[in-house]
Amino acid sequence: MLILHCPYCGVDADETDLHAGGQAHLKREGPGSSDEAFEDYLFMRENPKGVHFERWRHVYGCGKWFHAARCTSTLEVFGTYPAQTLEPPQDIKDKISGTRPGWSWGIFK
Amino acid sequence: MKRYSAFAITREAMRQHTGWDRAWAKREPKKKYDVIIVGAGGHGLATAYYLGKNFGITNVAILEKGWLGGGNTGRNTTIIRSNYLQDPSAAIYEKSRSLYETMSQDLNYNVMFSPRGVIMLAQTQHEIRGYQRTAQANALQGVKTEWIGPQRVKELCPIMNIDGPRYPVLGGLYQERGGTARHDAVAWGYARACSDMGMDVIQQCEVTGVRQENGKVVGVDTSKGPIDCDKLGMVVAGHASVLAEKAGFRLPMESVALQALVSEPIKPCMDVVVMANTVHGYMSQSDKGEMVIGGGTDGYNNYTQRGSFHHIEETVRALVETFPMISRLKMLRQWGGIVDVTGDRSPILSKTPVDGIFVNCGWGTGGFKAIPGSGWAMAELMAKGQSPLTDEFSMFRFREGKFIDESVAAGVAH
Repeated sequence: MLILHCPYCGVDADETDLHAGGQAHLKREGPGSSDEAFEDYLFMRENPKGVHFERWRHVYGCGKWFHAARCTSTLEVFGTYPAQTLEPPQDIKDKISGTRPGWSWGIFK
Repeated sequence: MKRYSAFAITREAMRQHTGWDRAWAKREPKKKYDVIIVGAGGHGLATAYYLGKNFGITNVAILEKGWLGGGNTGRNTTIIRSNYLQDPSAAIYEKSRSLYETMSQDLNYNVMFSPRGVIMLAQTQHEIRGYQRTAQANALQGVKTEWIGPQRVKELCPIMNIDGPRYPVLGGLYQERGGTARHDAVAWGYARACSDMGMDVIQQCEVTGVRQENGKVVGVDTSKGPIDCDKLGMVVAGHASVLAEKAGFRLPMESVALQALVSEPIKPCMDVVVMANTVHGYMSQSDKGEMVIGGGTDGYNNYTQRGSFHHIEETVRALVETFPMISRLKMLRQWGGIVDVTGDRSPILSKTPVDGIFVNCGWGTGGFKAIPGSGWAMAELMAKGQSPLTDEFSMFRFREGKFIDESVAAGVAH
């Protein structure tokens, strides 16, 4: 079972306590954005076989949304971090680089 | 190709079965093909088959990273139905279902199509309204389905408890000519027919790159060396995003794990397929007697072909209420497949930003039933550049907001 550490309440939560919320670090589009930008925002999800950044909610716990860095081909968890950020923290990026040198995901690497 | 027949079985029985041919030839890749299909699952092989049968294009290679039919073709619950709501879906799924009716004769390979009937249970008021609406839509689309009451459900499937306190059976959407088929045989039958037409089915050949010149595809790099082609069909289900990235474009889909399991074999007790969508569970009995049970998908991206155990627990817990007699059954095995899910839960059969590359993916949790129809339509799209069956399934429909919204596509709530 997938176990993620909630960065808010400090609980190591089982997958059954969590709700998966899809890709993290989406850039929200609004009035004036092009059709292409809206298509990207609404439908063109990152779907990597490897490093992925996701939103999760500690739904049967503190109820807060957080982010997780995970590998979709090994199910390894690199770490979790609060959602109030525009990009993954450097320590998590460094940890990923340790085992997956040269990784990239969207605009991050 | 020697035809399979009762006579052939008798003849071979007389000589200790020494005269059977290989079902399909084992070949090494040539330098160049007119068409390369990536992915020797059901959809890829069906595409190749109808390219040859309907359009006379037989200089075709089908490349497979693993083994033939070893992906989702061998991992599904073999359910065949066409009771979809939207017109474009009903057209392609009903084409597919009708092709299953004659597939064994067409391929000279017994795919064991068993039109035993499919019931989609209504267990909430919302589902009653939804399925009655689908039944009306199907009547207009020429797809034979009907709304049936709980007593008729009980007649069709006596082992069901229709008075469960939590999930009562309030009726169902019944498709009499839906059913199941032998999933491996579908892949094997198509592979044998493709090989017989002179096509090369090449296994353990992974595509590592897609070569292009001036925005047009010219070939692929593979683990068995470079191969040239005029047209390239990508039919790789859960790995479509990975392959598309190698070709330099993105697809509007995500890959998640879907699970299924089978019980120990028991005596025949259920001659109909039952889908209980409220609880993400569906069940049928295989010819071996095993109860074949399908569950729901995980909520997160995954390429590991294994899913979360709690989904199995949820599915089985709910099915036990509806089918009390399965409560003591031992489960023999469980498996997962990586399904490619799009935003509107409808497939993509489409041209791509690269000239000469066509993509067939996004069948999500319901691809097996679509294999012949998908191959038929994809072959037409690749041969003629256009097909009435694929017009609505373009990968660019999301930008234009022209969704084919199929909340019933998987038979489960998403």
